[in-house]
Amino acid sequence: MKNLLKAPVLWYKSGSPWIWLNGGAVTLCMLMVVGLLGLIAVRGFGHFWPSEIVQTSVTDNAGNKQIVMGEVVRDEVISAVIARDNGFTVPQDIELIKRYLMKLGNRDITSRDFMWTLELGMDEWKYPKDAVVIERREWGNFYGYLVGINENGKVVLTNDSPNFWEEVNARTERSLKLHDEIAHIEKVKIGKINNEIQELKLERRRLELKGTSAEKLAEADAQLAERKAALEADYEVIKRERDVITQEVKRDQLIAKTADGKEVVLPWDHLVRITRPNDMSVMAKTSDYLKRFWEFMTTEPREANTEGGIFPAIFGTFIMVIIMAIIVTPFGVLAAIYLREYAKDGWFLRVIRISVYNLAGVPSIVYGVFGLGFFVYYLGGNLDQLFFAETLPSPTFGTPGLFWASLTLALLTLPIVIVSTEEGLSRIPSTIRQGSLALGATKTETLWKVVVPLATPAMMTGLILAIARAAGEVAPLMLVGVVKLAPALPVDGNYPYLHLDQKIMHLGFHIYDVGFQSPNVEAARPLVYATSLILVLLIVSLNVTAIKIRNSLREKYRSASD
Amino acid sequence: MSQPMSTAAKASGLMPNAEQRTKLRRWRNIKDKISGYGIMTAGIAVVGSLALIFVYLFSEVTPLLRGASVNVEKTYDLPVLETPSPTEFISLERYEEIGTAYHKNGTVQFFNAVDGTSLSQQQVPKSPDAEFSTLAASESSHGLVAYGYNNGEVAIVKAQYDLSYPDDKRVVTASLGFPLGEQAFVLDANKSSLAVLAVQGTASGGTVVSAATSDDRLVLGVVSTKTNPITEETTSTTETFSLPSLPIGERVTHMQLDDAGRYLVVANDKAQLYLYNITNPAAAERYEPVNVESGNVTAMRFLVSTGSLAIGTDQGKVSQWLMVRDKNNKYHVTHVRDFESLSGPIAHIAPEFSRRGFWAADNKGDIGIYYGTSARTLLTKSMGSTPITHIGLSPINGRVLLLDSTQKVSTAKVWNEHPEVSFSVLWEKVWYEGREAPDHIWQASSGSDNFEAKMSFVPLSLGTLKAALFAILFAVPLGVMGAIYTAYFMTPKLRGIVKPTIEIMAALPSVILGFLAGLWLAPFLENHLPAIFSILIVVPLVMLIVGFTWSQLPLRIRASIPEGWEAAILVIPVIVTIWACIHVSPYMEVWFFNGSLPQWFTNNGIKFEQRNALVVGLVMGFAVIPSIFSIAEDAVFSVPRHLTQGSLALGATRWQTMRGVVLPTASPGIFSAVMMGFGRAVGETMIVLMATGNSPVVNFNIFEGMRTLSANIAVEMPETAVASTHFRVLFLAALLLLALTFVVNTIAEVVRQRLRKRYSNL
Repeated sequence: MKNLLKAPVLWYKSGSPWIWLNGGAVTLCMLMVVGLLGLIAVRGFGHFWPSEIVQTSVTDNAGNKQIVMGEVVRDEVISAVIARDNGFTVPQDIELIKRYLMKLGNRDITSRDFMWTLELGMDEWKYPKDAVVIERREWGNFYGYLVGINENGKVVLTNDSPNFWEEVNARTERSLKLHDEIAHIEKVKIGKINNEIQELKLERRRLELKGTSAEKLAEADAQLAERKAALEADYEVIKRERDVITQEVKRDQLIAKTADGKEVVLPWDHLVRITRPNDMSVMAKTSDYLKRFWEFMTTEPREANTEGGIFPAIFGTFIMVIIMAIIVTPFGVLAAIYLREYAKDGWFLRVIRISVYNLAGVPSIVYGVFGLGFFVYYLGGNLDQLFFAETLPSPTFGTPGLFWASLTLALLTLPIVIVSTEEGLSRIPSTIRQGSLALGATKTETLWKVVVPLATPAMMTGLILAIARAAGEVAPLMLVGVVKLAPALPVDGNYPYLHLDQKIMHLGFHIYDVGFQSPNVEAARPLVYATSLILVLLIVSLNVTAIKIRNSLREKYRSASD
Repeated sequence: MSQPMSTAAKASGLMPNAEQRTKLRRWRNIKDKISGYGIMTAGIAVVGSLALIFVYLFSEVTPLLRGASVNVEKTYDLPVLETPSPTEFISLERYEEIGTAYHKNGTVQFFNAVDGTSLSQQQVPKSPDAEFSTLAASESSHGLVAYGYNNGEVAIVKAQYDLSYPDDKRVVTASLGFPLGEQAFVLDANKSSLAVLAVQGTASGGTVVSAATSDDRLVLGVVSTKTNPITEETTSTTETFSLPSLPIGERVTHMQLDDAGRYLVVANDKAQLYLYNITNPAAAERYEPVNVESGNVTAMRFLVSTGSLAIGTDQGKVSQWLMVRDKNNKYHVTHVRDFESLSGPIAHIAPEFSRRGFWAADNKGDIGIYYGTSARTLLTKSMGSTPITHIGLSPINGRVLLLDSTQKVSTAKVWNEHPEVSFSVLWEKVWYEGREAPDHIWQASSGSDNFEAKMSFVPLSLGTLKAALFAILFAVPLGVMGAIYTAYFMTPKLRGIVKPTIEIMAALPSVILGFLAGLWLAPFLENHLPAIFSILIVVPLVMLIVGFTWSQLPLRIRASIPEGWEAAILVIPVIVTIWACIHVSPYMEVWFFNGSLPQWFTNNGIKFEQRNALVVGLVMGFAVIPSIFSIAEDAVFSVPRHLTQGSLALGATRWQTMRGVVLPTASPGIFSAVMMGFGRAVGETMIVLMATGNSPVVNFNIFEGMRTLSANIAVEMPETAVASTHFRVLFLAALLLLALTFVVNTIAEVVRQRLRKRYSNL
């Protein structure tokens, strides 16, 4: 017995257990990071893969059999007690039971697009080759079979004709094209006219505010009315054009039936994509996958953000971060140069430095509160009084918007840029500086021609870290300018092209909103994973770049200072 | 033009001449100066703008601390009536333009509140032979005024203000409305004179009136009205009841009715309060009296929504009494708080509209402004030597009309924006209306206008601490131990992978962590609750077992992997263990917990929510680990090599060196790492917002959620009115967070800098 215990006791006394436990902590941390990134990657990338359509029949808690068709989302093992609590009859000898979450779609027909089904009482899974999944603009996916094609209310083709599928694809393409045309007319052309009419109103109000005399005002009114009439005439023309296309697009309907045989007529202008995943080769699936991924990145969201793409969110994040970078870089760099090169050393500088460093650790929501109170309500309110009096009482800058979001984030990331730049400046060997001064250069020349160029990579690092932080920050943005659904992009073809006062969409907020505020969380979940994936990819790549730059920088100066 | 230039160049060869050099030098000096000042300006501006955050947050919060102020703008005589008659009641409308004076002879006079010019007058209905005996007013929002007569009759009127916009200008016109018809009605069938009267509009649209007669009986009238849809004529029917009178020898001095028509509070001349239950008026019940310690009641009014009474006494004392329900569902009038007294007996109390404030005036010319919930006395002020007899408050609390005993009216501007907040409201237990006992509650807004805002920071602060505590509990062991290992034991090769990975971990946006916490981890944990606990116990054991087994392996195998790769060796065993724990979890639930651990907890009296502190602890811990890790790692790594090498040379093992030399030296750095981690956890918003139910509870149950200061700001800030009290309280919360994290981070930073200095001295 004593011998048996000797080895462990000795091992314990050497302290090795602690080393192993400490090592285990690192292992756990690593596993968590990798696991988390892996989880997001698998779920995010997996979302676009066309999954097979299962047809089977299940038994519900009342004991009725029911034919279901859809995608299997996930499964889990629950204890039979829970199933019994939910009213299912489970034999006594079964303790654990598997259940599947199925996406059944057809929200307009059954009102239940997701369903947990028990493995118990489930029939064999079938994968019918001709089962289709139809992506729609409304009501989510449709699962079922195609029956025929309607044109102007008359059946022109049924599914037994040989060219049925070609015709389906051709008509889908046609309807998508027409739909794009309508969207273009509505967004760009009509948007422009609306914009100009709005501008006329403002012009009138501006004249009024200036205190223009009555007769001049009447003169201006006549002129404005003329211009308005011209615009309205234009509008009529465009509207007619649009109505013609709208009529066109309404020509076709698709006749389909659900798994339990119910026939439905789907207007073709509501359809986005018709696929038969069970009949697709891996190649076809891959091409479909890439197409979907591309669409996700480049189109606008549909159905309260739970379907469609995230382009406005990507674009909003991008433009906000750019503006933030433009603001934060000069100020951050100048402040760092001041602190490092100009400010007199002493306790005061130390206090300032510690304070600036600490601001990096101040909760971001505090910046949001400051931004809302000071920037939006105080500065914005005053700007409106001074420059946008004609639109009051509806605020221009006195409400959360792009510029305030960027400015708040610039303030938030200022410490990051300062800290990083200062570090870069302090790493430059004093010999280089002294060399420059000894050659007769002034302080400014030394600074701008020798020191700053050497410190540029450090500034880049700071800037990249700042961008990464800003791209992922959500809490302050909820207060100062991010919305769940922005009506338009902040950049468009109407003067002044970049609309700093507009509210924007943002990737991070999109995740929060779709994941937590949407009524149909289950339907939104894959989209949230995909959005998270995009955001994580963006931030990780930014950070990796920053780390790379910094490491190569360290190497460089290590050799320079030796 | 180019001629002189070329000659100059010729004269001195390629070098610039003296004059050009001077010029150039001067120019360089100017550039030097400009750049220097430019940088200084920019630097100071940046530092200043960061300081501005503090200053601005302070400036938004300071109005909360201000008391009230009353500035008399003008004093004038009330317009003279044809037959002069004293004023019994005075009021002011929402736009603060029109004052209304109710005279004893039944004339109601509308006058310009700013300069006192008469606008119009109307008469209160009265039977020909009746004489005025008393007057009562309902809760402010109903605006009813009742005249009681000496023949037992009552007339009820209401001032109405109509808005119109001729020529885009706002015009308010006042008139007298008769909500119960244009006739006085009989309240006391015995036709005795009414000595004390009370009136109240009920929430259901009816009206209740009660009176004490001159022969000491108590009567109650329940009035219901019907409006003819065609003639728009209102007819009212009054049911009268007689209530149990007070014991013989006691006289009624004041009475008040609540707006549910359920209770009548009566004050007698013996410094006592009686509560009558009039839910069933035919069988009304009188409860035992309560003594008013501070003297005889000389003024008594229900505050808005009639959940509490403001009482003034002949000793000048002002106090607030609540209607409190006991366990038997029986109400009691309970004394809850006192305010600063006035010097003379309180003559008049005027409740504010839509909030729990009230004004009081004594008979020596003093007024006081009070607020119920916050127990604040906002102002006590002497307005001169003539007693103020009536106070007419405006519904928006911006102006007041003060009527004195010589029938002079003073119109005064009022600043009383934020009476709702005091130290006690934020941090102490407060007895709110409708509650059985004082409590810490955060519920700052509600759909209803007459809502009593409950703004205790205690649930939010405790929630913040709770979240931070669980996060730290999870993060400190992993972060610190991982840092120790990475800095001291790990091979540089592995370190080159681990450190950047941890930095990536630090950069992961909290919204993604929050989303995973709420939508993935929370449901997962609910279904695999035993797994998390078994992982907690089994994984360290497995680490030890693997370590021990490794030490027993033949040297040949051990030599193939040198020291410093322990973490890598552990990867596969740890993964397998975790996987196993998760798969065994459902069986454990079936075997030990009747199939479901959350259900088992609920059955055993522990509340279980899906989004709970455990989820927050894990995920926020994950977010905090990198902060702790990188600072602790830095501290351990920077311990001078000669110290450790000395220790190793003296024969200490690696771990002994770590414990005896490295840790004592680096401990301030580790402390500062933990502080930094705590600072980050305190301010984290998105994770708690998404991973908890956000209910402001006061407990430390790991299976319940919480609401933190930061999440609270994120939830409520977008929905508050600018510059309202709620808005400023949220700013105060932000300031609190800022100060807290700033202090914590500063301590950490100072400790770290000192440590660095020590290292450089070693």
